[in-house]
Amino acid sequence: MPHPYIPNTDADRAAMLNAIGVQSADELFADISADVRDPKINLPRALSELELSREIARLTLQNANLVENACFLGAGAYNHFIPATVPHLIFRTEFYTAYTPYQPEISQGTLQTIFEYQSMICDLTGMELANASHYDGATAAAEGAILAINHTHRDKVIVCPTLHPEYRATLRTYLVGQDVEIVGDEDPSATFDQVLDKHLDDKTACVIVANPDFLGQVRDLKAAADRIHAQGALFIVSAYPISLGLYQPPAEYGADVVVGEGQSLGNPIAFGGPYLGIFATKMEFVRRTAGRLIGQTTDTKGRRGFVLTLTTREQHIRREKATSNICTNQALNALAACVYLSTLGKTGLRQVAELCYHKAHYAAKKINRLPGYRVDLKKEFFNEFVVECPHPVAEINATLREKKIIGGYDLAKEYPHLGNAMLIAVTEMNTKEQIDALVDALAQVKSKKGKRA
Amino acid sequence: MSIVSNKTEPLIYELSSPGRIGAALPDCDVPKTELPKSARAELKLPEVSEVDVVRHFTRLSQKNYCVDLGIYPLGSCTMKYNPKINEEAVKLRGFAQIHPYQDADGTQGALEMMYALQTMLGEISGLPGVTLQPAAGAQGELTGILVIRAYHLARKDAKRKKVLVPDSAHGTNPATSSMSGYAVVNIKTDARGNIDLDELRKLADDATVCLMLTNPNTLGLFEENVQAACQIVHDAGGLVYGDGANLNAIVGVARPGDYGIDVLHSNLHKTFSVPHGGGGPGAGPVMVRDFLAPFLPGPIVVKARPERSRRKGKRYAFAMPKKSVGRVKSFYGNFLALVRAYVYIRAFGKEHLREIAENAVINANYLLARLRDTYSAPYGFRRCKHEFVLTGTPFKEKYGVNTLDIAKRIQDYGYYPPTVYFPLTVPECLMIEPTETQSKESLDEFADALIKIAEEARTNPQLLHDAPHDAPVTRLDEVKAAREPVLRYKH
Repeated sequence: MPHPYIPNTDADRAAMLNAIGVQSADELFADISADVRDPKINLPRALSELELSREIARLTLQNANLVENACFLGAGAYNHFIPATVPHLIFRTEFYTAYTPYQPEISQGTLQTIFEYQSMICDLTGMELANASHYDGATAAAEGAILAINHTHRDKVIVCPTLHPEYRATLRTYLVGQDVEIVGDEDPSATFDQVLDKHLDDKTACVIVANPDFLGQVRDLKAAADRIHAQGALFIVSAYPISLGLYQPPAEYGADVVVGEGQSLGNPIAFGGPYLGIFATKMEFVRRTAGRLIGQTTDTKGRRGFVLTLTTREQHIRREKATSNICTNQALNALAACVYLSTLGKTGLRQVAELCYHKAHYAAKKINRLPGYRVDLKKEFFNEFVVECPHPVAEINATLREKKIIGGYDLAKEYPHLGNAMLIAVTEMNTKEQIDALVDALAQVKSKKGKRA
Repeated sequence: MSIVSNKTEPLIYELSSPGRIGAALPDCDVPKTELPKSARAELKLPEVSEVDVVRHFTRLSQKNYCVDLGIYPLGSCTMKYNPKINEEAVKLRGFAQIHPYQDADGTQGALEMMYALQTMLGEISGLPGVTLQPAAGAQGELTGILVIRAYHLARKDAKRKKVLVPDSAHGTNPATSSMSGYAVVNIKTDARGNIDLDELRKLADDATVCLMLTNPNTLGLFEENVQAACQIVHDAGGLVYGDGANLNAIVGVARPGDYGIDVLHSNLHKTFSVPHGGGGPGAGPVMVRDFLAPFLPGPIVVKARPERSRRKGKRYAFAMPKKSVGRVKSFYGNFLALVRAYVYIRAFGKEHLREIAENAVINANYLLARLRDTYSAPYGFRRCKHEFVLTGTPFKEKYGVNTLDIAKRIQDYGYYPPTVYFPLTVPECLMIEPTETQSKESLDEFADALIKIAEEARTNPQLLHDAPHDAPVTRLDEVKAAREPVLRYKH
């Protein structure tokens, strides 16, 4: 039976083999040693398109999705509204079935949209240049550290303990082959100032901090930036792009590199990927920036056009001397961010950010009033906050699940000093009813457990 | 080309008009809290209506060539057709709307798919240890080299510092090696297009971390001595890293694990039909031999322990391999790319898998047969695999037409040009990979166009120098773009 993805018929194949000058297709594989040719491969049987759609439905129906369940889980991946323009446009076949714009004349669509994306990331972060993206927030942070190490010729990287635990883990993996020391997160309870007091010196290549941090706290980092710069180190800020609809851009408080997880800009939460690594910096670091850059130029008739530029930094030209081994970017995710930011625009993004802010503060105040629960309302936060709980978070979340609520992130493993602590994220997707239901459910967890005890 | 494609499209910023918005948002339904003191003063994003957004990006889309328009013969990129059911699968809420930190009892369908994909990739490659985490081929390479590094260090063999890389390799191979802290030693290609075994014998020693081998290589040739090459490296105590960029040529026909490869990455966006998205996202899972599996990045999906599954209804769970090199990114990999690859492999199954490679190789050899008398094929004395290289040197010498001119002229015929000037070892190189999803008719049309262009090079070289003539823009000034970089819109 012919396969729908392969147009050649038996007659086509016969004619082609004849033109090639062989008797059979097997002859074309004669350079593969017979002892390893045509092994038995144990795969399931082929499925027709109808059977495939049944199989896909079977798998998806086993998953508790965020449409039928209220989600208060964030911790680096956020449930935000995606306007219909975004899926409609990124699923245009001209975008998603194209490749890297190697031939710029017939890739202007991809090139111009990435140029627009780069511009919007600059506007959002206040930085002078943004690349065409990295894999995700974690790898963007690692590439930021590599830029700083190469620029300063120093070998110490300081990370704040409230940088996302997976970003810190990724950074360590990326730098394991380099002679680099990564410090600052030995004690998960240490404050940023304590970390700087202990480690910052003239051997420091960079300091990486998240704002808001992994525990949701927003801080004024101007004084820290000055301290870091006084030692000749670079200041790398990992930012949550939706928060930049409301808060001061990191450039204004002294960031040299801004990285971040761009998923929240129009990309579905999708079990962790594909996401979008935001990377923005100053023009003085352009030659040390990894990844693709799109630049504006003109054609032979003087018309504006766009090309991949400054490619002499990259692996396909520099090989072992390249700034990074990165080849692709997350072009389609960057396009989603570009369409998202165009659709919401200046007032819409501010509105989304304010909705997150107000709803999160409403939730935090209500939860803080529950007996046994506590939120430190003196700490400034955007849309995510730590709740100290009367019971282990895993138990609470299991109870919430029965009420179609996906509870917050359990901090017990990475931040044990906080005790039974849950990180709750609230976005514009959470209605007042959902927040009230969460508060009621949390209250009931307590009473239910109390009775049992 | 479309009726709007030759008009210059303004930047979205230039379409902005104060007061417009592209999506309505709900009013705030909770009591408001005072806004922070550090709120930003201004945000310079465009202000456009929904229809402005849709028209702008639709018009831009029409300035792109894409696989769904026709042959996209970029060598080593495997621009095959992207089946539409894959795209329907990733839109479903049970895949697109699940949080990576949800309790595993609410994501068993996702974990089951990942476990099955791990198993199938292990089976197809002959390498049973699998991590799905790497986000792209280059990240798969980094993962693989770090796994090999961890293996050597675990055996207390710290003196190994050099990675052997054939001169025809992708640039990511040497870049990955130096990123991992290793020195790169290049190995020549011999006259038949294989890795030079004598040189390999000389260079493989107790300082060798591994050989990075792309097979079939970027000349489109299967390494005739691959088993001997792997043996030489193994005898020296090193391992062999297989760059699976060209796996499409042999999928179902031969398994890298069977001929001596220890570690392999596979670009799911090449062999397994994940769309290229204008440059990403892809996915680059890594497969390894059993003894290397403990070093893989995680978490990976495992079958849940029976006592746990009885208690919580969990059949699958995440686990970190015992001696893992750590994470290479956040979360578990480019999940939606994994979904597409899973659906694709299930669509072929054991009955049809081999047809992918078989037709890819027939198509490439047929195209080579159609073009070899017109263009010079430096390795045309051998059968190619999924792709082949041509050189434009004769056109340059005789008519002053270089490969870039040929590539630009191909655009006028309504096709994407092949990869050009790569591999670096072939001067004026054109590297052509048709894939199995082209019909004979479409290959004939493409070959006819290339033959006609060769004739134009002889009779009217200026036509090629000035090409493209029908694209949305003519040739762009890349020197100016690099010399005076404009990387963003200036307000």
